[in-house]
Amino acid sequence: MRTAVCVKRVPAPGARINISADGQSIDTTHLAFTTSPHEECAVEEALRLTEKHGGDVTVFTLGAGAADEQLRYGLSLGAQHAVLLPTDGTDWDPQRTAAALADAIREREARDGQFDLILFGNESADSGGFQVGIRVANALGRACVNGIKGIDIADGIATARRESDVGLEVYELAMPAVLGVKEGINLPRYPTLKGRLSSKKADVDVVTPAGVAGGQIALRLLPAAEQVSETVILGHGPDAAPAIVDLLEELGLLS
Amino acid sequence: MSTVLVVLEHDRGSLADASLEALTAGRGLAGQLGVGMAAVALGGSAAMAGVAGSYGAATIHVVDHEFLADYGPEAWGESLAQLVQFLQPAAVIATGTDRGNEVMAQAAARLDLPMVANVLEARPSSMAGSLWALTRVRWGGSLLESTSLTSATPMLTFSHHAVIAEPIAAPGLAGVETFVPSLDAAHARTNVRDRVERPAGVTLATARIIVSGGRGVGSAENFAPLTELATTVGGVVGCSRAVTNNGWRPHSDQVGQTGTRVAPDLYIACGISGAIQHWVGAMASKKVLAINTDPEANMVTKADYAVIGDLHKVVPAVTAEILRRRG
Ligand SMILES: Cc1cc2nc3c(=O)[nH]c(=O)nc-3n(C[C@H](O)[C@H](O)[C@H](O)COP(=O)(O)OP(=O)(O)OC[C@H]3O[C@@H](n4cnc5c(N)ncnc54)[C@H](O)[C@@H]3O)c2cc1C
Ligand SMILES: Nc1ncnc2c1ncn2[C@@H]1O[C@H](COP(=O)(O)O)[C@@H](O)[C@H]1O
Repeated sequence: MRTAVCVKRVPAPGARINISADGQSIDTTHLAFTTSPHEECAVEEALRLTEKHGGDVTVFTLGAGAADEQLRYGLSLGAQHAVLLPTDGTDWDPQRTAAALADAIREREARDGQFDLILFGNESADSGGFQVGIRVANALGRACVNGIKGIDIADGIATARRESDVGLEVYELAMPAVLGVKEGINLPRYPTLKGRLSSKKADVDVVTPAGVAGGQIALRLLPAAEQVSETVILGHGPDAAPAIVDLLEELGLLS
Repeated sequence: MSTVLVVLEHDRGSLADASLEALTAGRGLAGQLGVGMAAVALGGSAAMAGVAGSYGAATIHVVDHEFLADYGPEAWGESLAQLVQFLQPAAVIATGTDRGNEVMAQAAARLDLPMVANVLEARPSSMAGSLWALTRVRWGGSLLESTSLTSATPMLTFSHHAVIAEPIAAPGLAGVETFVPSLDAAHARTNVRDRVERPAGVTLATARIIVSGGRGVGSAENFAPLTELATTVGGVVGCSRAVTNNGWRPHSDQVGQTGTRVAPDLYIACGISGAIQHWVGAMASKKVLAINTDPEANMVTKADYAVIGDLHKVVPAVTAEILRRRG
């Protein structure tokens, strides 16, 4: 079984997100970079399915050259192949991103054979467009369901589960198929030292993406409105317990 | 005359509250454009005409096909795409739920049109080369983005809970039009095949009190006093991602950008630093109480109330005090 996973490099902000002076991006001066938790789980799921059913895992990313870091992280966990679609580092719109990823996937498939499963995150952590995976699936003519929290493979069918307000919905997709996964589907592993070392020397294929700009153009980032509240300090240590219980009573929560 | 088309979300005929937000947002947009509003019920029924009418829709398009009897992103998305081609609406609106975003993206992909998720505000643009000016949320709500859209048919989802649903003063009944899409079995390949019901009970989404723990709790066993407090007050336990990553609690307990967004009366954050991705999941709480050893922690400065101290001592003391008062 051959699996592809698309991941996006994003900054990992802490207490707050600072916007750069020109309003175009996040100030990443003091920030580390990561991939969305959804996508980390997608990589983990691909590795687990491969351990069970055989095959290999290829990770794709479109982004700044530095996104090489996220691909190597995937390799350090056990993915076999990595493909970088380098850009100038600006955030591409979803239509353009999807078209470029679909092209790169087609090219790979023409060379090495079809991916039985292509995994995406449910949404990217930063732009959150909720669509790149769906657009890629559509371009490739493949079945796609988003929001997946469980996958089982048997007899060429991917059985996928998604949470609803009242329980679980079950989908059955004949492979090749595309799924968007959510954090919680599994608990991702950490790389081993050996994995880390070998990933440094591994090959990352570079495919220069083309793609025409789509209709959505991000102009600038703005801080979200925040309700500022003066914090009332109820006390220190366990002596504050009566004050907390007073608060619970005041809020009508103990009736 | 062109209309704003609003996608109604429903599960096998039972209308989701999110639909009312979409209708309200769609009505606002239709007003700005000076056009009417129509609703679309993919696989729905004429019974939805009443609600659609009371939120200002003049027409409801009931899209009827055996493959739409249950939800399926591709069958729903393809049907919406066909209706959009037929009607040529001025805009297509849904609410940014799992299904709302998914159906809109499926339809937009098929039409090769842009789709913008989680919009807060949309207006026709005066800028050269741009047809629409939008404000949308990024980072799960912790950042906004001003966006220009060049599509003549904007396909937008409005951020869930950002619009307050409001019916119109003098409601009418929406006229019912039936649309039969051309679908084949391949479109139904992603239809829901089966369901597993969750046992009823208080959940993160419905609890009035959430006792939430972070890395400061220290271990899975150390959650016992938090569970005890939650049980004592009829609430549930929540947690941060540091906790789920350590395997101390299941992911279903996680609050935040990639967990659950909660809105209890009181959110008690024990040993949680208040990273922005956690805060976006908790900020809709009516009141927040932080229990933290660090008076400078972001959670403490953002909270309504705080207790500075060791959660391992504070939390059991609170349970004991409640039990003492109850006698
Ligand atoms: C894209 C993305 C999405 C994310 N989504 C989520 C999400 O959905 N939910 C989420 O929670 N996080 C999410 N995160 C992770 C987030 O950035 C933080 O890493 C995480 O929330 C930190 O958890 P914490 O507050 O428990 O741990 P820490 O940041 O380590 O904080 C521990 C706190 O406990 C306090 N403490 C320690 N000991 C005690 C004690 N004995 N008594 C009282 N206080 C004590 C410390 O002072 C500190 O404030 C996401 C990150 C990214 C990049
Ligand atoms: N630049 C990118 N490179 C690789 N994968 C991406 C990129 N952008 C988005 N994706 C994938 O598409 C999913 C949905 O993204 P979005 O439509 O931006 O919410 C993400 O979770 C990723 O799996």
